[in-house]
Amino acid sequence: MPDYKVQFDVFEGPLDLLLYLVKKEEVDIYEVNLTKIAREFIEYVELMREFDLEVAGEFLVMASTLVYIKSRELLPVDQQAVDDTDEEGEDPRWELIRKLVEYKKFKDAAERLETIERAQENIYPRLPVAPTLDNTTPAPRTTASLFDLIGAVNEVLRRFQLRETQEIFAEQWTVGGKITDIRTRLATASTLKFYELFADASSRQEVVATFLAILELVRLRQLDLVQEEDFAEIVLCRSAEFGDGGNETGVAPATVMDME
Amino acid sequence: MELKHVLEAILFSAQKPMTPAELQSLLATAGEGDANPFSGAKARDIAPALEILAAEHEAAARTYRLICVAGAWQFASQPEFALWIRTLVGQKHRPSRLSKPGLETLAIIAYRQPLTRAEIEEIRGVSIDGVMQTLMERELVEAVGRAEAPGRPPTYGTTKLFLEYFGLRALEDLPDASELRRIPVEKPKAPITTGPDTTTEAHAQVTLEEVIPHSAHAEAATVQTPAPQTP
Repeated sequence: MPDYKVQFDVFEGPLDLLLYLVKKEEVDIYEVNLTKIAREFIEYVELMREFDLEVAGEFLVMASTLVYIKSRELLPVDQQAVDDTDEEGEDPRWELIRKLVEYKKFKDAAERLETIERAQENIYPRLPVAPTLDNTTPAPRTTASLFDLIGAVNEVLRRFQLRETQEIFAEQWTVGGKITDIRTRLATASTLKFYELFADASSRQEVVATFLAILELVRLRQLDLVQEEDFAEIVLCRSAEFGDGGNETGVAPATVMDME
Repeated sequence: MELKHVLEAILFSAQKPMTPAELQSLLATAGEGDANPFSGAKARDIAPALEILAAEHEAAARTYRLICVAGAWQFASQPEFALWIRTLVGQKHRPSRLSKPGLETLAIIAYRQPLTRAEIEEIRGVSIDGVMQTLMERELVEAVGRAEAPGRPPTYGTTKLFLEYFGLRALEDLPDASELRRIPVEKPKAPITTGPDTTTEAHAQVTLEEVIPHSAHAEAATVQTPAPQTP
């Protein structure tokens, strides 16, 4: 079956043409003279054929319905044939008008949809671009206070108090050396846990040297000490002024301290 | 601070429209306790808060509104400022406008879904093959089930994209939805009694003679849709 497509004026289908003819009559759809409409409808269909337009089968079905209605009305009401094949026994005029009214409603609804469709072209939703945040370092929550630090280092020192006996040997831990250590470790890892720094500590002196190194680096603003929340583990982070690593400038040589 | 203010702040920065469910899950994961007093907000609290917020923006008559499209909320500028925004961000990416037959067919499906091709053609009085193909390709309509009729023909309904394309919150948001929509009703097994002395079939129609004397009101009052016919 070829795809019948009727493009006649603006009529898409037979109901469209019927509506147009009713509108031309300027009467209420319920009071329209279908006999007159039938004649005009057939005229249009004839015209379409003259113009060699493909007339869709639906137009011919509609034309025949209209002719049927017209023929019925030639007879007085009491002599009109009762259509036995129509199981609902409906008046064909009513059937047609009901269809027309229904179609008209959707035609109007389609127009409203078209209005909405066009309006949408002018409504711009706000679509903000995600702000580019530097997520390489976790946002510090709380800066650890001096008391947090002292408390933490005290915990470390307590480990050494528990060891009653200790081997004695010469130690040469310097704050400067520890600063270099910390900087070296932070050059590779962006953060260091406070206790990790003391994991290998062999003596109180080493702990104290490391602790003073931390304080010095904080003083020089090369380190940030942060806590996820109060009393949580202290974490050492590179600060903005940490530098490229290996650069010892700013660390005074005098910070090599003599223990006791 | 109220829930609506938190929602407003979220939607203001949101990269995409958000549903109450998405907002609820965001509120729940944002934190607990004093830090996030809305962590336990329920969807049933969020939806009315959004409505209030939208009404406040409406009343404030700013150049943008908080709108709901297909159940998701977002900020959008008012259409009268399109000229300048278009210059700023460019033409909106939208497919070409629908044809008249396309819109008509879409309107029938939107208001009367679910329904079969035959039922659509019955209303339009013309074949809809080509139009349906376009609507399906544009994903504005889709097969949603099968009709209880010989051959079990597929029934069609509109998609979420349909709501988004027309900027509708839901199908109830369609103009004149109450008049044109038909709530699918199970066809009663036995004929229902419509009056004290009329035992008629469920879909019996008024006659033309009954309609003509008060035709002015007839269109709104008495037109019914015929029950689906089996060919």
